[in-house]
Amino acid sequence: MTIAAPRPTLARRLSSTLSTHPRVRLALLITAPVAWMAIVYIVALVLLLVTAFWSVDSFTGQITTEFTWDNIVEVVTGALYQTVTLRTVGVALLVTIVDVVIAVPVAFFMAKVASARWERILIVLVLLPLWASYLVKAYAWRSVLSQEGILQWLLTPFGLETPGYGLTAVVITLAYLWLPYVILPIHAGFSRVPDSMLEASGDLGAKSWATLRLVVLPLVWPSIIAGTIFSFSLSLGDYITVNIVGGANQMLGNLVYTNVGAANNLPLASAIALIPIVIIFGYLALVRRTGALNNL
Amino acid sequence: MRLSRTTRIALGVVTALVLVVVYLPLAVVLVNSFSTSTALAWPPPGFTLEWWGRAFQSEGALDAVLTSVLVAIVSTAIALVLGTLVSFALQRFAFFGRDAISLLFILPIALPGIVTGIALNNFFRTIMGVPLSIWTVVIAHATFCIVTVFNNVIARLRRQGTSLEEASADLGAGVWTTFRLVTFPQLRGALLAGALLAFALSFDEIIVTTFTAGSGVTTLPIYILNNMFRPNQAPVVSVIAVVLVLVSIIPIAIAQKLGGDTKPGR
Repeated sequence: MTIAAPRPTLARRLSSTLSTHPRVRLALLITAPVAWMAIVYIVALVLLLVTAFWSVDSFTGQITTEFTWDNIVEVVTGALYQTVTLRTVGVALLVTIVDVVIAVPVAFFMAKVASARWERILIVLVLLPLWASYLVKAYAWRSVLSQEGILQWLLTPFGLETPGYGLTAVVITLAYLWLPYVILPIHAGFSRVPDSMLEASGDLGAKSWATLRLVVLPLVWPSIIAGTIFSFSLSLGDYITVNIVGGANQMLGNLVYTNVGAANNLPLASAIALIPIVIIFGYLALVRRTGALNNL
Repeated sequence: MRLSRTTRIALGVVTALVLVVVYLPLAVVLVNSFSTSTALAWPPPGFTLEWWGRAFQSEGALDAVLTSVLVAIVSTAIALVLGTLVSFALQRFAFFGRDAISLLFILPIALPGIVTGIALNNFFRTIMGVPLSIWTVVIAHATFCIVTVFNNVIARLRRQGTSLEEASADLGAGVWTTFRLVTFPQLRGALLAGALLAFALSFDEIIVTTFTAGSGVTTLPIYILNNMFRPNQAPVVSVIAVVLVLVSIIPIAIAQKLGGDTKPGR
């Protein structure tokens, strides 16, 4: 039986050209997406850095594209920026500590104590709130922490009060928002520790505490650091939560936002935005040696 | 290491408590949306459906929903096309710089939203001289939605291999016929999962949106943010918050059923 050769239509010719030229196929596939990302994103990030060295003409409000160190100097030496940077880093550190203290026992329970079935259920329960809107969760804490809210009602019998809106509320809300991001890598870390290693340590006479400190902790440490990268960097850049539950307090994100909007000083805003970027890269450089970056 | 019974129980109790604290605030919002108090008072003084009725009649809220849906649909469509293209390029070809390109697409959700937000704001306004509008929001959302499509499609491509496509080509099908009849049907689930996640991500996004939305462009999260601090609007905001959670949870549940990669990213 013979099969007639397909008619050499234009589509057919194009198709055979493509199938014999993989480089052409690759170029067709990759040009559009990479062009989009390069133009919209990479160029935008680089120009953000460049804009930080420009200035705004105080008369016209137009941006002058002459190189100047003014914004950087102002951001580094200005009292406002120093205070707010310290406050932001402090909040981010506290949030990270709170999250790790909560996440470690929960992740340990999920990975090493709960049955396989319960472990799956717990993972879903931890993951699910990630999909509830960020804004809704911050708003939920606004409801919980309000002067007449549920926390006040729960604490009154013990003679305590809700912290109300302020930095404490910011720490609570941010810790709540990022908790799943911290639990997941630590859980993965505990799961990778073989049970046999824990038994061996016990057989060799180590008490539970010694096993945890000398065997488990060194193995899980990179995962814990991986979790802290999330909570630390996400807290540094946040400004919506502070608006919602922070009272009158400002964080770096608020200063950026004010200068983009009301003050209309994009060069200064870009310079301020460099602070969290520098701090995050500093933190990443600090923890790189633990191998945490492979656990993200 | 042998954990004592007490330790195991203590760990279980801690985990249970943490989960209660995780879900309690969301439950409070749900209850507040039916409460007669306008000041988020607890316990709720009474039950009412007034806010639900008001939210569904509020023109501002409905407009905001339409804006959000429009933004989410267009940016999901862009993300679907670009995400699929790049997944094929990175999965089917080995070339110099492949890892760098893969990192490039993950970057928008790895960096804090405020960095992405101000970079795009600066790019549109200062560099391009384009006034902010709904379309600048779409471009921004499409940029960070590509990664959800990319994650799903590349995972599926890795699993399915190329033997069926080769068989199709050996049987005489052209590139387009093979894609339409062999590759695409296998990818459909991954594409749908990726699209749903991208839609949910865009529908919820607030930080990048506040930096790229023109004045007068009100997405649902922006509407919530604007109304949150107004007296007497709190219960209506609670209703919208509940709707927002449902709108984002339902697509995720479907996506999970489809077996996609549902690990979210910021």
